[in-house]
Amino acid sequence: MLITCPYCGPRDVIEFTYQGDGNRERPDPASQNFEAWNAYVYDRLNPAGDHNEIWQHSGGCRAHLRVVRNTLTHEISSVAFVRGDHGSAARRKAEDKP
Amino acid sequence: MMAEYSAFSLLANALKGNKDWKPAWRKPDPKASYDVIIIGGGGHGLATAYYLAKEHGITNVAVLEKGWLGSGNVGRNTTAVRSNYLLPANTRFYEHSMKMWEGLSHELNYNVMFSQRGCLNLAHTPAQFDDYARRGNAMRHLGVDAELMTPAQIKRLIPALDFSSDARFPVVGGLMQRRAGTARHDAVAWGYARGADRRGVDIIENCEVTGFLRDGDRVTGVTTSRGDIRAKKVAVAVAGSTGRVMRLAGIETMPIESHVLQAFVTESLKPFIDTVVTFGMGHFYMSQSDKGGLVYGGDIDGYNSYAQRGNLPIVDEVMSEMLALFPGLARVRMLRSWGGVCDMSMDGSPIITTGPLPGMYLNCGWCYGGFKATPASGWTFAWTIAKDEPHDFNAPFTLDRFHRGLVIDDKGQGANPRLH
Repeated sequence: MLITCPYCGPRDVIEFTYQGDGNRERPDPASQNFEAWNAYVYDRLNPAGDHNEIWQHSGGCRAHLRVVRNTLTHEISSVAFVRGDHGSAARRKAEDKP
Repeated sequence: MMAEYSAFSLLANALKGNKDWKPAWRKPDPKASYDVIIIGGGGHGLATAYYLAKEHGITNVAVLEKGWLGSGNVGRNTTAVRSNYLLPANTRFYEHSMKMWEGLSHELNYNVMFSQRGCLNLAHTPAQFDDYARRGNAMRHLGVDAELMTPAQIKRLIPALDFSSDARFPVVGGLMQRRAGTARHDAVAWGYARGADRRGVDIIENCEVTGFLRDGDRVTGVTTSRGDIRAKKVAVAVAGSTGRVMRLAGIETMPIESHVLQAFVTESLKPFIDTVVTFGMGHFYMSQSDKGGLVYGGDIDGYNSYAQRGNLPIVDEVMSEMLALFPGLARVRMLRSWGGVCDMSMDGSPIITTGPLPGMYLNCGWCYGGFKATPASGWTFAWTIAKDEPHDFNAPFTLDRFHRGLVIDDKGQGANPRLH
């Protein structure tokens, strides 16, 4: 499996650390909504197909990357810097809507 | 029921040219409705059907399998059976399973080749040895056998381990469970299938569940590639496919991620190791099959996957670990490798419960420890389905434990499935 880092180009997967599901939305740190915190920590979409996930190029430029990878074929369809998100899950969601 | 397989029946059939053996299970067409449908014809689903029929008298049961019987994880694991856990909920459950393994061939009248050859966890630092002492004490406290072994004892048991002065990870001791061992995994599936079939359970292969029939919230049956089937109770035991099947029921999120675990077998060797050994400085375990092949594996690949194949980095890592322990295996050829999809839960422990919808029952979250649990999983799941409440053994393994702060995290790893 190769991941094409936007800085470094195509690199072997051993250079990257998997940081898991990128769909999770972290509640506001001040939030006392326990249900939202529990869902953030424990609940996963776990799709069979395209999966939005976070990888870090820990053996390279150390950038955090948002990768869309197919869990049935391991095919990667997009790689982008996480920092481009500005952590705004709500905005991402709004942009996804047609 | 008279034993179908015995020395006498073997001899009698041999004299008649082996023409009179009955198929071990029928190939029935699905009926329009059943009392219980079990989705998933793996070890756990088949064991559940067997114990529903045997222990609870519920025989109007169908087991629906998407592929062929035993094509999933029950035929893909590395066959180790052990009950060397730390936390009481796990220890009690897996020890119950171990006791069932000890009588399983007799129970099923089917030789599952359960071999109590022991399972040895190697310690490579004094701190790790102390940790094993703690785990061993926790096990003995609950009546499970455990013994600490010294390097000298281990050297007698497994002479091929690297005991040289420049070993990369010197062996400083180990924790042995003598009653642990291996079993022939296919025979477990076939034995439970035959036992369930002979008690009236319909095992329906090549029957993929495509959706759930609902009456409001209540699950009243399934739609399948072979038509609609109604049932009073629908049980789900689909391991790595849990996310996909639950989504068909409208449940979008689960405390589970699917990951791929690879396993390997070498060419046949003469007797090399007569126990199951695990490496303490990485994740590696190995035993030798009766055919002589070394059967071994390591960590999951570490990313979400429903593909029954993995990538090369783990192959490389597992081989390195093998050679760190057994330098003498450097020129042994690997014969086959394969992958299975594991339902990694958020605390490393399983879920065996009623619900989450009315009329539904759920068995999942086995991580990569499902094989050894097969008898107890089927036994407790059958109890839960028949009585609509869990047995004491599976009462802690609820689905809502994550949101209630009652996780059972044997490894103390937190909600990070790739590390369990």
